[in-house]
Amino acid sequence: MKKLMSFFIAIVAACLLLTVGIKRLESAQGDSSAKTLNLFNWGDYIDPALIKKFEKETGYQVNYETFDSNEAMLTKIQQGGTSYDLAVPSDYTIEKMKKEHLLLPLDKKQIKGLGNIDPSFMNKSFDPDNRYSIPYFWGTLGIIYNDKFVKADQIQHWRDLWNPEFAHSIMLVDSARDILGFSLVKNGDSMNTRSRAQVTRAKDDLDKLAPNVKAIVADEIKMYMIQNEAKIAVTWSGEASEMLSNNSHLHYVVPTEGSNLWFDNLVIPKTAKHFKAIYAFLNFMLRPENAKQNALYVGYATPNDKAKALLPKDVRNDKQFYPPTDTIGKLQVYEDLGLKTVGMYNDLFLEFKMHRS
Amino acid sequence: MNTTAKRIYYIPYMLWILLFVIAPVALIVYQSFFNLDHQATIQNYVTYLTSSTYLRMTLNSFWYAFLITLFTVLISYPAALFLNQLKHKDFWLLLIILPTWINLLLKAYAFIGIFAQNGSVNQFLGFIGIGPKQILFTDFSFIFVATYIEIPFMILPIYNAIAEIDPALLTASRDLGATNWQTLIRVILPLTRKGITAGVQAVFIPSLSLFMLTRLIGGNRVITLGTAIEEHFLTTMNWGMGSTIGVVLIIMMFISMALTGEHKRKRKEIDTGATKE
Repeated sequence: MKKLMSFFIAIVAACLLLTVGIKRLESAQGDSSAKTLNLFNWGDYIDPALIKKFEKETGYQVNYETFDSNEAMLTKIQQGGTSYDLAVPSDYTIEKMKKEHLLLPLDKKQIKGLGNIDPSFMNKSFDPDNRYSIPYFWGTLGIIYNDKFVKADQIQHWRDLWNPEFAHSIMLVDSARDILGFSLVKNGDSMNTRSRAQVTRAKDDLDKLAPNVKAIVADEIKMYMIQNEAKIAVTWSGEASEMLSNNSHLHYVVPTEGSNLWFDNLVIPKTAKHFKAIYAFLNFMLRPENAKQNALYVGYATPNDKAKALLPKDVRNDKQFYPPTDTIGKLQVYEDLGLKTVGMYNDLFLEFKMHRS
Repeated sequence: MNTTAKRIYYIPYMLWILLFVIAPVALIVYQSFFNLDHQATIQNYVTYLTSSTYLRMTLNSFWYAFLITLFTVLISYPAALFLNQLKHKDFWLLLIILPTWINLLLKAYAFIGIFAQNGSVNQFLGFIGIGPKQILFTDFSFIFVATYIEIPFMILPIYNAIAEIDPALLTASRDLGATNWQTLIRVILPLTRKGITAGVQAVFIPSLSLFMLTRLIGGNRVITLGTAIEEHFLTTMNWGMGSTIGVVLIIMMFISMALTGEHKRKRKEIDTGATKE
């Protein structure tokens, strides 16, 4: 009993000590000082060398905090505990944050280099006139195949997925709008349709795809494709670039008939405090040489036209991640469809998952 | 004085029950009567009862939970019997409990490595000339892993029930001419029914709502009610429908408790009957 008590006390004491230590460390880092910038970003989504360069150039100190999902980021900003100065949400989340009044409009007068951004990535439905956001990276939804098992000409379009040859060999990302989305595109419908008939038709087609589907998973797709577990996968270009760099047999295709176009944009949440630092950072990141360095590090497609021109030729001309202009013209950005329609998509997707042939 | 002191001791317990049992269940029931527009309605229940998707999902959940429970009993009972005959039983029991100290997620990932196309099982199959088979994302792998995870929860109560049996009863059975098999069926099995019931409850009810394994091991080819609840709370944000499915699960839990509880009463009658004789 005595032993148990002392064990118990030791644990409590250790916890107390750690708490005190953490508090000390946090106050030592001092996010109250005016010379800081609190950047809230996805993990490993900026070249650390750029942060160092920015700190040296401007004297601001950058606190880099990470999140792993739009929803997690949204919750943290809603709670407003930390004074995040800049965040990098995806398109539909920007629309949501806008509706919930969580964003501050950009002061365009203080921003230099907005003209570097390709106009085709500006003024999108989720943020008309880019009042709140600056494109940071963009990407697509597409098909990854392993050239050990599949020939390139076998898989160029969404309808190729239905080829009976691919029985039991396709992995899908577990996301209702993306999966129903490509089925909609195959039928020539909009990925943002609210028509129950169209979405139901897309779902019925997916049911016919079921024999080819090996699994419907999330992040694990990366691991499985790298390990040659499946021949084909449907997922986002960001995930794809990571897979491709780990397995040279993998290739990424954006079907020319259309697909999803997604954005991760820089925004100023309403928790922001250090406005000088914010605009210094935005201008720093808009500079072509910096955007180029970042694109090379992260491996995603940069919306910064001048930065793209600076990229090595094999990157710049890589059709996998910089699809040709006429394909880009057919890409669709997701709109926030509202809870009811999203619910319909999800119910139908659930039905597809239940379907067994 | 004595009674007030007793009442004070009850306070933490009552608070606990109120905050962590009654309040959450009440909240779930309350939520289940609201639709997406925050209007009070019974629409969610109507949807549940008239949708073939949800009904089939319920059937799936039951079927898989039944299979998982069946296999855990089939494996655990002999294992518990065997453990009780060993010399250092506590040590062996500890070895069986040990895996429960490891996080479920880690165990699931370990099985991905074992069952994958290039995993150890397929390498062995290739080595003996059968060639790699699709193991991951099948019913087999899902039930296998779920059974593996639930086994300790079944072995423990059965093991305790067997350990409690008075050895004199077994000796008596043998003296009266029963074979080992008859002793097992007529004496040991009835006396350990309580342990089996406890084990079934501890395995069947959680198995009804397994959801992480359905994705990681089942590749979402196995869909249970747990999957639907997760989806309604995290992606659709339709908390009403998610809660409705939660209420259905709670009702099922009570039903299975009531069904297994009956056995207990019967057993008591048999017991008292036996002592009277």
